[in-house]
Amino acid sequence: MSMILDKVDYKYSPGTAYEKHALREVSLKIEDGQFIGVIGHTGSGKSTLIQHLNGLMKATSGAIYYNGEDIYDKDYDLRKLRQKVGLVFQYPEHQLFETTIFKDVCFGPKNKGLSQKDAELKAFEALRAVGLPENLWYQSPFELSGGQKRRVAIAGVLAMKPEMLILDEPTAGLDPKGRDEILDQVAKMHREWKMTVILVSHSMEDVANYVERLIVMNRGKVMLDGTPREVFAHYKELEEVGLSAPQVTYLMHELRRKGLSVDVNATTLEEAKDSILKTFGAK
Amino acid sequence: MLRDITIGQYYPADSVIHKLDPRTKLFATLLFVISLFTFRNPVGLGLAAVFMASFIWLSKVPFGYMVKGLRAIVVILIITALFNLFLTPGEPLVKFWIFSISQEGFISAGKMAMRLIFLIIGTSVVTLTTTPNALTDGLEKALRPLNAIKIPVHEIAMMMSIALRFIPILVEETDKIMKAQIARGADFESGNLIKKAKNMVPLLVPLFISAFRRANDLALAMEARCYHGGSGRTKMKPLRYQKRDGIAYMIVIVYFGVMIAVGIWL
Ligand SMILES: Nc1ncnc2c1ncn2[C@@H]1O[C@H](COP(=O)(O)OP(=O)(O)O)[C@@H](O)[C@H]1O
Ligand SMILES: [Mg+2]
Repeated sequence: MSMILDKVDYKYSPGTAYEKHALREVSLKIEDGQFIGVIGHTGSGKSTLIQHLNGLMKATSGAIYYNGEDIYDKDYDLRKLRQKVGLVFQYPEHQLFETTIFKDVCFGPKNKGLSQKDAELKAFEALRAVGLPENLWYQSPFELSGGQKRRVAIAGVLAMKPEMLILDEPTAGLDPKGRDEILDQVAKMHREWKMTVILVSHSMEDVANYVERLIVMNRGKVMLDGTPREVFAHYKELEEVGLSAPQVTYLMHELRRKGLSVDVNATTLEEAKDSILKTFGAK
Repeated sequence: MLRDITIGQYYPADSVIHKLDPRTKLFATLLFVISLFTFRNPVGLGLAAVFMASFIWLSKVPFGYMVKGLRAIVVILIITALFNLFLTPGEPLVKFWIFSISQEGFISAGKMAMRLIFLIIGTSVVTLTTTPNALTDGLEKALRPLNAIKIPVHEIAMMMSIALRFIPILVEETDKIMKAQIARGADFESGNLIKKAKNMVPLLVPLFISAFRRANDLALAMEARCYHGGSGRTKMKPLRYQKRDGIAYMIVIVYFGVMIAVGIWL
């Protein structure tokens, strides 16, 4: 069970003055249950890429297989695919429309054909999972704060119980606290619901602590693909394309330059601390 | 599908038509549109077609791009043509049940359809080759005399330029919200008319909210920058006629004269 992209190429408005080659022969294999981060500079093609994964955009050339089936096959049911691959757009709070939060979250499962009762059950679970206080559930979604609205919107996709959850810059425009809360919740869902999660971001610090695999996009191409450790080892190249490794990477390299034999590939604060303490022979 | 609306969209290219003063283009369009209603025979139609074809060619905008604008009016086009086809009195050519098609109806339907098509293409040449800003600048300056009879020309021009500016933004927004709802399993295609209308709610509510939010933001931003209407406002790049504008005026007036002549004597 996996998703395979084979040389996916995409052009916006082909054949006009506005033609834009947004994806260049992207090939990927996404295994079940992975927690993947997609990073890249603004305009590198992240959003374009993920809209291919649930069939909202059709590649100009190339193929996509989900669980061994070609999603561009004439008989393939894209609606079914969209229920299995949940996509949370950037600024998802702009899609809210119902009179109450609870009804809005029921929208997805109802479209799936579930009965009112089952849909409500799913909405209940989803709102619980994103940690929205229960006393708010029957209010209008338009009265919430930005961060709360975003959780409702994420719940709206979660309620369809997708096998794969894709979030496009879920932390854009949130304060540090709101950002950490959302990311923690996503990590928790990945653990507890055993979903494949793809987290799109333009910030390394955001994703480094959470994901097990990082895909770096640059100008429509996959530039690097590996564990955060492997990717951050290329921190010089990352800088050249306008990205930066997490601050610990710089710190560790600086320490190494000064003569300490620390592990330069530490990606999280925790790892860095252990490595530094070890060189000093503590513990 | 929504991106097919080319009315009000600028197509960047380096051409004579692009460089013309917006007032020249507005005047030319006005005469062109009037000229469409002067002809009664194929000669006039042919002349208009040649005239239009030449400025399309000069504008360097791909023809396919221009025709796309027609898709938005296909329904109106068909309805108009049908009305003309069936409701023009005259010698019936074909007859079935209560309908009859006369030769006159046939001709007038064709004429009406051609006029509409020329009208849309002719006017989209202007919007495709002129930035919305230049367009409203031109309008404002051309209509300035109306200030004398207390018509708020500047305000109207400003509203128009904002409206034009917002078309692509709203189209993009619609596209985005639509995709987001499709990702949640919304269906905008199947079902009968009532069901379809109901299915539009998840699209329209967020769209209206976003339009109001944007309008509000814009008003605030304008006020923050001390916008206070047109009086005493100067331009960084004031419009000035060039030699090519004079030539263009002459060509257009000659064309118009010929069309009138053809309309009267042929
Ligand atoms: N609707 C569109 N029409 C034309 N070009 C687009 C459109 N959306 C994005 N692009 C272009 O495609 C490229 C990739 O965009 P996108 O996938 O949104 O990047 P990212 O999400 O990484 O910021 C950018 O250069 C962008 O300008
Ligand atoms: Mg993006």
